[in-house]
Amino acid sequence: MKTEINWQQVASSSTEVAATPQLSDNFFGELLQETLALTRRLFIQLQRRPSTLVAGIIQPVMWLVLFGALFQNAPQGLFGATTNYGQFLAAGVIVFTAFAGALNAGLPVMFDREFGFLNRLLVAPLASRFSIVFASAIFIISQSLLQASVIVAAAAFLGAGLPNAVGLGAIALVVFLLALGVTAISLGLAFALPGHIELIAVIFVTNLPLLFASTALAPLSFMPQWLQVIATLNPLSYAIEPIRHLYLHSNWGLGDVVMHAFWGDVTFGTALLVLLGFALVSLLSIQPKLKRSLA
Amino acid sequence: MAPAILIENLQKSYGKVVAIQDVSLLVQPGEIFGLLGPNGAGKTTTLRILCTLTTPDAGKVEVSGISVLKYPKLARQKLGYVAQEVALDKILTGIELLQLQAALYHIPTAVAKERINKVLDLLGLQEYANQKTGTYSGGLRKRLDLAAGLLHQPDVLVLDEPTVGLDIESRFVVWDFLRQLRASGTTVVITSHYLEEIDALADQVAIIDSGLVIAAGTPSQLKDQVGGDRITLRIREFSPSEEADKAKYLLEQLPFVQEIIINKAQGNSLNLVVTPQSEALISIQQALNNASLPIFGIAQSRPSLDDVYLAATGRTLMDAELAAIANFDPKAKKQQNMR
Repeated sequence: MKTEINWQQVASSSTEVAATPQLSDNFFGELLQETLALTRRLFIQLQRRPSTLVAGIIQPVMWLVLFGALFQNAPQGLFGATTNYGQFLAAGVIVFTAFAGALNAGLPVMFDREFGFLNRLLVAPLASRFSIVFASAIFIISQSLLQASVIVAAAAFLGAGLPNAVGLGAIALVVFLLALGVTAISLGLAFALPGHIELIAVIFVTNLPLLFASTALAPLSFMPQWLQVIATLNPLSYAIEPIRHLYLHSNWGLGDVVMHAFWGDVTFGTALLVLLGFALVSLLSIQPKLKRSLA
Repeated sequence: MAPAILIENLQKSYGKVVAIQDVSLLVQPGEIFGLLGPNGAGKTTTLRILCTLTTPDAGKVEVSGISVLKYPKLARQKLGYVAQEVALDKILTGIELLQLQAALYHIPTAVAKERINKVLDLLGLQEYANQKTGTYSGGLRKRLDLAAGLLHQPDVLVLDEPTVGLDIESRFVVWDFLRQLRASGTTVVITSHYLEEIDALADQVAIIDSGLVIAAGTPSQLKDQVGGDRITLRIREFSPSEEADKAKYLLEQLPFVQEIIINKAQGNSLNLVVTPQSEALISIQQALNNASLPIFGIAQSRPSLDDVYLAATGRTLMDAELAAIANFDPKAKKQQNMR
């Protein structure tokens, strides 16, 4: 051990500061610095422990291949005029993958709480503790977009076709909005629930029911009335139907009807607005919990 | 100049459990301040409130004159906190963890690079800097945690039980390091339930028990206040209580004996407080001999911090520690510490 630690002026003139505690003059710079550092941590983790991402890419591709094959011999036209099931399924798999990934967003934060790493962040003079939330959201959304691109490529390879540039942009927007909303809910749960066992239980209970109660695997017309009602209230359907529409129609527009809900028709534009609303409501609804836990 | 830390009439309960009844502390800049007490005495809760991790029910807390409750962000800039449990991200390398820490304290990248280099040197971590922290030994983990706590050059470094679970070697490294830190003008606050640690390191001590400060001062002040010499007498390895009572009655007749406590937890040994004098041991031996009581062991010493604790609470720190372990509820503790 070296013997000199003379980096500090002995007992600095901290008394003057006491009289006029000031807010930081560089709020956004600091917010950016801490958010980037926290995001970097998540990406380093991903890079050194890529198994979740690899599994998160293999799984949807297997869905496409196996689920697609399962219904390969369904009568022509059953899933819409020109569709084969593979084409039909691609939208469902893209959305469900983004959803499942975002639902897990709270787990790392929960482990940070449990192992005390969160305390390291909470004793630091962060510009805003919401940088912890921003970092998770940036990370999860990037991961979802990466997964979505692989699925789109795989679907194209399997014969579902490839949407044009605007279509791909629309898919990215849908994935972004859905992942944002679900990430917010998951992070809220990560602070509300007592431990990771409970969080995993909630993820388990939410995951598949929401999949089956959406239009991911079968169209609304297949469902009994009560399930149709649930499916048309399920945010996943509002993400799936626009993507499915642009897969099936090269000349799509915002005014096109994408879903026949029990109360009326839903257009492409409406579906996007619903997703935007979902994301905003999710973000707002977790604010009180985050404020209490992080303030 | 404002004190480094000022705590007045602090109170905190978790539900019905009172963690802190009433704690007041005054820490001057540049000293090592030791908080001594058994597990569950309220040491960690006090530190968590000081470091803005927990809000108190009542009381005043200031760091360098800044109210921790009113200006938590400013207070956080002045404080470095090294928790009892070392929480590192095992996937990150040592240097990456320090880079993250630097960004959380908004240290500009160029400055951070230089400082990281410095703390790595200081704590002898250079050769491990590029290894994942998951591969570190307990001592290395603690050193990295210390390095992280120092990176933003805090006025006050707060350490919760810094040497628990460390080997003797690492323990002395930490002690040495804390002394150097003091020499550089940094105020250091440590908790410990090791008497010798506080005795060796601290300029000022507060002993806390059941959420109350029961004694405060320099270690030698506290010992002098207790006064007298200590004699520990064991009649047998495990003496029957009648025999202990008999010996107690007998020895109370001696003029220099001030007080005798029978310590049930240690085989009914007798703890005597005596006016310091050279003949004490011989007189006691004679008295016991005349009553044909045997002697298993007898020892005389100056009062220790443990005696300070004993005088204030009626039990030794070791006994309090054992009682605390018996009542320890790991789940409740974890819930308290989780955010």
